[in-house]
Amino acid sequence: MALAATVALAVVALSRGEPVNALWILVAAVCSFLVAYRFYARFIARKVMRLDPARPTPAVYRADGLDYVATDRRVLFGHHFAAIAGAGPLVGPVLAAQMGYLPGTLWIIVGVVLAGAVQDFMILFISMRRDGRSLGELVRMEMGQAAGVIALLGAFLIMIIILAVLALIVVKALAASPWGLFTVAATVPLALAMGAYTRWIRPGRIGEVSLLGLVGLVLALIYGQAIAQSPFWGPLFTLTPIQLCWVLIGYGAVASVLPVWLLLAPRDYLSTFLKIGAICALAVGIVIMAPPLRMPALTPFAASGGPVWAGGLFPFLFITIACGAVSGFHALIASGTTPKLIATEADAPMIGYGAMLMEAFVAIMALIGASILDPGIYFAMNSPAAVIGTDPQQVAHTVTAMGYPLSAEVLVQTARDLGEHTIISRAGGAPTLAVAMAEIFSHVVGGPAMKAFWYHFAILFEALFILTAVDAGTRAGRFMLQDLIAIAAPRFGRNEGPVPGLVATGLCVAAWGFFLHQGVSDPLGGVNTLWPVFGIANQMLAAIALMLGTVVLFRMKQDRYVWVTALPAAWLLICTGTAGWLKLFSADPKVGFLAHAAKFAAAADEGQLLAPAKSIAEMRQVIFNDRIDAALVGAFLAVVLALLVFALRTCFVSRRSAVPTVREVVGPAVAA
Amino acid sequence: MSGLLSTLRRICHLMVGMPAYEDYLAHMRDHHPDRPVMNRTAFFRDRQEARYGGRNGGRCC
Repeated sequence: MALAATVALAVVALSRGEPVNALWILVAAVCSFLVAYRFYARFIARKVMRLDPARPTPAVYRADGLDYVATDRRVLFGHHFAAIAGAGPLVGPVLAAQMGYLPGTLWIIVGVVLAGAVQDFMILFISMRRDGRSLGELVRMEMGQAAGVIALLGAFLIMIIILAVLALIVVKALAASPWGLFTVAATVPLALAMGAYTRWIRPGRIGEVSLLGLVGLVLALIYGQAIAQSPFWGPLFTLTPIQLCWVLIGYGAVASVLPVWLLLAPRDYLSTFLKIGAICALAVGIVIMAPPLRMPALTPFAASGGPVWAGGLFPFLFITIACGAVSGFHALIASGTTPKLIATEADAPMIGYGAMLMEAFVAIMALIGASILDPGIYFAMNSPAAVIGTDPQQVAHTVTAMGYPLSAEVLVQTARDLGEHTIISRAGGAPTLAVAMAEIFSHVVGGPAMKAFWYHFAILFEALFILTAVDAGTRAGRFMLQDLIAIAAPRFGRNEGPVPGLVATGLCVAAWGFFLHQGVSDPLGGVNTLWPVFGIANQMLAAIALMLGTVVLFRMKQDRYVWVTALPAAWLLICTGTAGWLKLFSADPKVGFLAHAAKFAAAADEGQLLAPAKSIAEMRQVIFNDRIDAALVGAFLAVVLALLVFALRTCFVSRRSAVPTVREVVGPAVAA
Repeated sequence: MSGLLSTLRRICHLMVGMPAYEDYLAHMRDHHPDRPVMNRTAFFRDRQEARYGGRNGGRCC
């Protein structure tokens, strides 16, 4: 197995000047993951954590048949994987493909083995030994009250940015796409009908109602084409990005206060099953099609940034591919429901480490998807209009000048094949991946005639689970915010009637809505600006989680093995610290928020207008947005530095202690 | 075969946060035979509220 991994990696790394088959990357990744799982995960389990299969887990000693249930590990693996796999691992690798496929592939493989899977595994372990408590509580238990509050604040800010970025991806995919918008809009009444069905007609029949919903989705997809072409309905479903942005904000505000069984739960059924199904189908499709990679291994943009996002390989590759290699958000999942369901400590490697390897596999598939496309099409889809223009002729010319030959006819024909008006500047990853999925699926089923159907299927699948995440995330954000405010003003707590809840929901929606609106109105495409902020935030949360892991290892007196978490934590601190610093203070206006603001402020003072702003008011808006973004990045840096100080202090105290100071919760041997 | 199907069914249900009603019944029978037991519908609604009520931090990006 190790041999196969080495050979496959060597083929990927050494092939020059001829197209490499995508299967080599897949084989290299899968073999590396298997080797890592067999050896590294086992090493961590036995030596570092010293897992004890005989020790009762919370699911055993607190069993209640509801929240705490000892669960078959295959069933739990499905639960955990479905909770961690989202849009992140699909989007980041697509954006990172601007540097060629090699840097992204290597970072996903190395990152997940040494950092991402370690983090998930470690947090699961820590939470499992402490009654299945959440990340915020764990930080408080091990590092003190103040550290807990700071971590909670950081998690809330990250939530806001994630919601804004996810919503932005939906806007980018659905703007001026009546077919796509109709099918996604159709899921709302469909979900309402499903909700009514599970509430009153056949309560609890999840499988049944999901199948009915699936039929509805396929019908919506099929009729969507006719709707899009209809002279009456077509224009009604053709919205500008700004209109869509307001629709989404309104949707988020309403959806997150509706009863959960009405809209959120049924749509979650649809999106979860569709997501898992599409991921499996993509894997099978890639294996059957065995497409060659058309993107070069390395592009000139690897050195200093390109049209899709600004900045060089270090540090920006490591924050662009966040989920898939290492994702801090998983720390919230691994300390959520999973530790309360795990039947024995012996299952922890498979759930904690294994599920994250699976997510990295999804990220690898997304990277393959972006790399099998014509690079010309890739750059036309992912570069902002401010760089390449909007007219096919002009776009083809600009992209060809970048070194990726593309003709206007190909651009127009591709859009027509997909049933879209245009595919230019559809940044955000989802549309690019949808094109790749359409290529792969239509190769297997239906041929070119089915391309448009598969494209919209892929868009629907991505938009559906992003919208579910927006809805669920707004609710979660509301509770986080209430908890935070209640620290200062107890009357704002969770059990104080409906008003604080509504206020917190409103604040939450306003916060992500602000960043969404800013991203949508940003002529550089928004993804350009917001994705790095999201990446920095997510990786900082990962650094916090790994620091917590380090603290716990010190407190367990496992000093010899702290490098397992300390090294990836240090690497993430370096990457996010550098990236955050550059985003704040880089003199290059393309990279640094403050430099960008200064450039616009200087121009505004002289009464000049800089593209894309069309008035002095818009100039002021650009400057204001830059400063908000800078403040946000600054806040993230402050949060992570504060926690670093707490972590170091705790580590030194533990080192001086002769005995373990770790605060594990030991359950009674036999459940009551 | 039926074992595999039942596992698959459980996987799908727990993916959307729905634990097995049978496990709950077994737990209540073994540990709290004196307490009232939720019926299938009540159990379903209780678990739905628990998953989506917002307390569990939602899911990933």
